[in-house]
Amino acid sequence: MAKELLKGNEAIAEAAIRSGLEAYFGYPITPQTEILEWFSRRMPELGRTFLQAESELAAINMVYGAACTGARVMTSSSSPGISLMMEGISYIAGTEIPVVLVDVMRGGPGLGNIAPAQGDYNQIVHGGGHGDFRPIVLAPASVQESIDLTIEAFELADKYRAVVVVLIDGCIGQMMEPAELPPMQPIQKRNQEWAVTGAKDRERRILSSIYIDPEDEEVINFRLLERWNEIEANELRYKEYFMEDAELVVIGFGTAGRVALSAVRAARSEGIPVGLLRPITVSPFPYARIKKLTELACGMLVVEMNSGQMLQDVLAAVGGKIPIEFYGRMGGVVPLPDEILAEIRRLCYEPVAPSADPRKSWMKRMDIAKN
Amino acid sequence: MQTEIVIAGFGGQGVLFAGQVLAYAAMDNGKEVTWIPSYGPEIRGGTANCTVIIADEEIGSPMVRHPQALVAMNLPSLDKYESAVIENGTLIVNTSLIERPVQRDDLHSVLIPANEIAESLGDKRMTNIVMVGALLAQEPILPIEAIEAALQDHLPQRHKKLLPLNYQALREGAEFVRKERIGQKT
Repeated sequence: MAKELLKGNEAIAEAAIRSGLEAYFGYPITPQTEILEWFSRRMPELGRTFLQAESELAAINMVYGAACTGARVMTSSSSPGISLMMEGISYIAGTEIPVVLVDVMRGGPGLGNIAPAQGDYNQIVHGGGHGDFRPIVLAPASVQESIDLTIEAFELADKYRAVVVVLIDGCIGQMMEPAELPPMQPIQKRNQEWAVTGAKDRERRILSSIYIDPEDEEVINFRLLERWNEIEANELRYKEYFMEDAELVVIGFGTAGRVALSAVRAARSEGIPVGLLRPITVSPFPYARIKKLTELACGMLVVEMNSGQMLQDVLAAVGGKIPIEFYGRMGGVVPLPDEILAEIRRLCYEPVAPSADPRKSWMKRMDIAKN
Repeated sequence: MQTEIVIAGFGGQGVLFAGQVLAYAAMDNGKEVTWIPSYGPEIRGGTANCTVIIADEEIGSPMVRHPQALVAMNLPSLDKYESAVIENGTLIVNTSLIERPVQRDDLHSVLIPANEIAESLGDKRMTNIVMVGALLAQEPILPIEAIEAALQDHLPQRHKKLLPLNYQALREGAEFVRKERIGQKT
C-alpha cells in the first residue's frame, strides 16, 4: 500500500479499525479528540460501534463489558481522562481480558494544558490502576510506529489477556508524517474460551475481578505474574542508533527519544561517540539491555518530558556502575535538539561521579538557566 | 540534508494547508517529512503556524529552534520568528499585511505583496499558495511541478475547481521572485 500523509491520532484510529476493531467507547479531550472524531465517522460507516460516553468512567466500563463478550474493543483519552479510567483499567486487568487503551499525554499535573508531555509514565508504567498487575506499554515515536504498535497492541492484548497501553503525547498525536496503513480486516470475532456470549448448550462462564477468599486472589496474582514473566521474556522492544562504537548513551522514549536523535546526530558530526537507545516497550522495560550497555559505555544521559520518571528505571538497571545525567522539560515544554546536544557535550567533556544525583544536578542547572 | 520551514500567520490564511501542500509534495517525491501545527487554544483570527521539515533521512525532532525558512503571512508572525531564522536563511514576507522593514540583514528576504497578487487573480484565498510559490523560487526545496501534483492529488474535492487558480497563484508567486531578482541585477 502507498504511503499517505497521516496525523498520528487519525492513523491510530484507522489502524485500530483495520485491525478488526468492533467497538470504540470514549470521551473527547484535547490532544486526542481526533481519534474520537475519526471513529465517529468511520465506525458507523462500517456498521461497527462508536459510542461517545457521558464520561471517561462510563467509557472504560463500557469497554470492560464489551471486552467480556470477546469483542475487540478499545478506548483512548489524554492524561486527566486516563486518571478517571484507572479503576476500570484495574478491573479489566483483574478479570484478565484483553483491552487496548491509548493515552495521548498532555501537560500536568491537574488540568494542566494541552501541550505534549510525558508525565504519565509512572501512572501508566508503574500504575495503571490499583492492585498488583502490570500493563504492557508501547511508546511509539512516529506516525508509522503508532500504526504498527496499535496493530501489535491488539495482538499482545489477545495473546496475554492483558491491558495494553499505546502511550504517546500531543506531539505525535498532532503531527503528520508519511506512513503506510495495514490492509483492512473484518471485525475480529474470536471464539474465546473465556468470553461470556450466552451459555446456551454449554457450561456457564463467569468473568469477574472479585475473589473474596484472599487465597483465591493470590492464585490470580501469581497467574498474572507468571504471564508477566512470559511478556518480559518475549515482548521486549527497543531501537538503537549509532550504538556500535558508542561510549556515551542517550536514552529517551517517544517524542523525547526522537528529539534526542537529532542531538545525537549533531554530536556525532562533532566527533562525540554517542549512541541512542529508544525503548519501544517501556513496560516491559529494557533493564537487561541497559545493564549490558554499562559494560560498553562510560556515561548515560536520560532525556524525558517529565521530572525523571523513567530515569528511576534506568538507575535501577545501571546500579551505580557508570555516571548518569538527566535532562527533562516539564509542564508541556518540548526540549529542542540544541538543549540535548549541550547535555551530551557536558557528559562528554565534564564527566560526573557515578554517585552524583542526576535529578538534583539537573535542577541546579535549570535554576541557572532560569535566572 | 534537512530543510525546516515555519509558516505562520492568522488563522484562516491557509497557513496549515500551505504546510500540508509542501509535506504532500515532499512525500510524493520520496522525501522524509514531518508537519506539525501549533495546536494551542487558538481562535479564528488568532495566530496559527506549522513547522515542516523535509529531509533525506529519518527525521528526529519535528520542531527546531532555528528554521531554514520563515514564511510570514502577517506582522505578529514576523515579529515572533524573524530572530529565529538561521543565519543566511530565507524569509518570505507578505508585504500586503506587513508594513515594517525586515530587521535582519543576514537573510535572503523576499518582500511580496501576496494578498494583492492573489486578489489580482480574483481570489484572496490564494495568498498562501502565492507565498509557497515565492518560497520555492527563493529556496528550491521542491520543484513547482511537485506542488502542482500535490495540489491535484490532495486538494479537497470541494475545492478541485480552484486547481487552475492555485497553479496560477503558485506561478505568480515564483515569477514575482524571479522578476525581483532580475530587477536587482540590472
